[in-house]
Amino acid sequence: MTPGGWITMILSVGSVTLLFLWCLYKVLAHTPPAEDAVKDSLRDGQDAPRE
Amino acid sequence: MQSSQRAETWSSRLGVILAVAGSAVGLGNFLRFPGLAAQYGSGAFMIAYFISLILLGIPICWAEWTLGRYAGQHGYRSSPGIFHVLIRHPVGKYLGAIGVLIPVVIYMYYVHIESWCLGYMWYFLTGKLDLGGDVAAYGDFWARFVGATKDGLAMGGGENQVLIFLAIVFAVNFFIIYRGVSKGIEFFCRYAMPALIILAIIILVRVLTLGTPDPAKPEQSLLNGLGFMWNPGDIMTQLKKPQLWLAAAGQIFFSLSVGFGVIITYASYLKKKDDVVLSGLSASSANEFCEVALGGMITVPAAFVFLGVAGVVGQGTFALGFKVLPLVLAKMPWPAFFGSAFFFLLFLAAITSSLSMLQPGIAFLEEALGIDRKKSVSLLAVVTGIGCAFVVYYSKDLKALDTLDFWVGTFLLFIMAAIILIVFGWGMGIEKGWLEAHQGAEIRIPSIFKFIIKYVSPLYLLAIFAMWVLKDVFGWNPDTGQFKPTGYVLDLIGSAETPASPVARSSVLVILIAFGLTLCAVWRAGKRWPPPTSGKEDLP
Repeated sequence: MTPGGWITMILSVGSVTLLFLWCLYKVLAHTPPAEDAVKDSLRDGQDAPRE
Repeated sequence: MQSSQRAETWSSRLGVILAVAGSAVGLGNFLRFPGLAAQYGSGAFMIAYFISLILLGIPICWAEWTLGRYAGQHGYRSSPGIFHVLIRHPVGKYLGAIGVLIPVVIYMYYVHIESWCLGYMWYFLTGKLDLGGDVAAYGDFWARFVGATKDGLAMGGGENQVLIFLAIVFAVNFFIIYRGVSKGIEFFCRYAMPALIILAIIILVRVLTLGTPDPAKPEQSLLNGLGFMWNPGDIMTQLKKPQLWLAAAGQIFFSLSVGFGVIITYASYLKKKDDVVLSGLSASSANEFCEVALGGMITVPAAFVFLGVAGVVGQGTFALGFKVLPLVLAKMPWPAFFGSAFFFLLFLAAITSSLSMLQPGIAFLEEALGIDRKKSVSLLAVVTGIGCAFVVYYSKDLKALDTLDFWVGTFLLFIMAAIILIVFGWGMGIEKGWLEAHQGAEIRIPSIFKFIIKYVSPLYLLAIFAMWVLKDVFGWNPDTGQFKPTGYVLDLIGSAETPASPVARSSVLVILIAFGLTLCAVWRAGKRWPPPTSGKEDLP
């Protein structure tokens, strides 16, 4: 296993694992914000409110 | 349209995410992806893979979720009904017929492969797959099991028991689908998907603790196995190869189940305020986790540790899964446990996918013919049963399976995905599609994706499709620039050296008959469906 191999493996496996865990956290821990708040933020060109 | 069908919805957000993830996670995650990554040098392959994920996979995924939920609010669950609402032109519903044909035809051969997984699990449990250290013995076993040496062999009985496993798998699929979206698919996936991930992690731990099993062969160590899988090679040289981009984009495309007609149907059962942005991303990320973090760490390193480079290089999906890995698992400590666990893992991955292939057909029969779920399930069982019998009977060299997979499981998938992208980005209009996607959304899609979905994804898809046609249909060799039609084409038209294959031609005839029947049903349904509204009244 070369240093390049370690880097490729850690970046690939790490990125998909982090994305999966982040999504899991958002789905399990957060309730959807009110629809109007999201719509307003879209029209204003801002990020949706976070809890 | 049945009122009960209108009322049917998913019972929870996690449930629908697991169902869509289950649809996406299949045999390719554990068998196809690792082989491709190792073949092309993982460094360059992963760059092309992640670019394809961002530019192609996730955008189509979001488009399918959004369009499906939108059409579901208008009371349509089937692909023709969904496109009837979305395209607002008489031809729309006929384009949607492709979204029924793809999953139903793929089910006809996918369920056969699913039965192999169940069979191998059973044979590991009963010790019948302890065939010694020669990979040829495992190859012979597989050929006898699936009847790859002679047409009709798989129908034969005797020591060949594939039909028993096929009957079990068929029955389980239709029992679950009969219970409905929430009580059947969602209930099953809520248990099957966590079980799949736990099983994969157990097997991963076993693989990562293999060390150097044979001290006489110190080069066959786990670290070298991981190196074989992940060492990057010459990244810049590899990135210049069109085949690499075709392989990476193709893997993303098929792995995420985009263009199948499945996600769009599943999303039609969502409620108006149900989130699609985070849910779509979550289902995609679950698939990527299973593919890269689990599949990428298990299959190739394990095969390398026991068989070395020679055992891994050039192996196709079936060879790796049903010839090489059984030998590897038989050599591990506790072969009965780890062998049966691995094939049960593959079986779970397969059944959550095959279930998703049935739902578009069920939804279509209910909507088009106005029949209830019991009748639609029975009718679909008969249709897919006939198709599956065709695939199982014409088993020599898996010609029927291979032909159906090429023309429906690959060619039509490109067409369907292109239709979805064009409808979302251009038909519905990116601004309306954008607002529709964000109804009830918990996270916001970065604005750059407006440009990506409207321009980049369709062009990228077109480029990949053109490359696929050039390479896999016309046999273009990028290194020499020469063309020679591939076996899939020669099987149909024949050549001076080899005559056309009657089985391949019959397989295409099966596809055309299925498509014709679907179009007839769409035509009949179109007379019952009211003309779609202008769409302006339901702007968010």
